[in-house]
Amino acid sequence: MTLQDVKDILDAEMIVGGDKLDMEVKTAFGADLMSDVLAYAKAGSLLLTGLTNPQVIRTANVLDIAAIIVVRGKKPPQETVNLADEMHIPILCTKYILFETAGRLYQKGIVGCVEKVQSKS
Amino acid sequence: MRGESSEQVLNGQKIFEELFIIEGGNFNKAGEVASRIKVILKNMGIPDELVRRAALVAYESEINIVSYAKQGYMKLTVNPDLIMIESIDEGEGIVDIELAMQEGYSTANDRIREMGFGAGMGLCNIKNYSDYFDLRSKIGKGTYLKMIIESQQKNPKTE
Ligand SMILES: Nc1ncnc2c1ncn2[C@@H]1O[C@H](COP(=O)(O)OP(=O)(O)OP(=O)(O)O)[C@@H](O)[C@H]1O
Ligand SMILES: [Mg+2]
Repeated sequence: MTLQDVKDILDAEMIVGGDKLDMEVKTAFGADLMSDVLAYAKAGSLLLTGLTNPQVIRTANVLDIAAIIVVRGKKPPQETVNLADEMHIPILCTKYILFETAGRLYQKGIVGCVEKVQSKS
Repeated sequence: MRGESSEQVLNGQKIFEELFIIEGGNFNKAGEVASRIKVILKNMGIPDELVRRAALVAYESEINIVSYAKQGYMKLTVNPDLIMIESIDEGEGIVDIELAMQEGYSTANDRIREMGFGAGMGLCNIKNYSDYFDLRSKIGKGTYLKMIIESQQKNPKTE
């Protein structure tokens, strides 16, 4: 689906990246822990999170994350918005909680970027 | 944040080097060096997957310097065979390296955790994403980390 579809499904507000609404996305990762995002998220995935500090954008940049979905009605501060703009990373804000956001996207065909983590030897 | 960059030819091999300075405790800037390294590598035409792995290990170690040291440096070296990132800091040092390497072990404070870090995964992640990894530390002096990503993937890492 496209980022426009994601926006519609989540009744979301586009904060940054209105020019990227035709971008195709297939997978997602959701977490409030950037340590986990860094360990598991894959390039080209959506990042669903409740965190809004600039490190979220830095993390997304490092991992080539397609777009950030900020959940639970949070609004990113200006410094985060500016950085996302500079790095061309779209931000969408939704009022749905993380569980509901993930569920709505999954129902429409978005899957996890990893299904299960590998057990460590 | 930027230091000197140089390009030289040694035995017919082109070698690029750049040194970056990292300010300990400055979370506003944390990640700038990793972003910069990413741009440099991308502009060199290095494949996305290698750029991503290099940016990731640089970012994890940059966050560690900002979190646990007063001041640090990162050095990027690129030659046709490899990308090498060295991080050197003047911090407290790591008391027990084996323990620090264990997933889940962390001494991160509340400020670090608030930003979404401090799960004790960074060093494991760095190890997973580099082809060669060396960690040395002296208590009270600082920590040295060497991470190498090979251009010719002998044993491809999971992305
Ligand atoms: N440069 C450093 N100087 C001093 N101590 C360090 C340094 N890097 C890591 N450590 C110590 O090793 C521990 C584990 O580091 P690691 O990067 O694996 O996890 P973390 O930083 O605690 O959390 P995460 O990286 O998952 O956000 C740290 O909590 C810290 O005690
Ligand atoms: Mg860390």
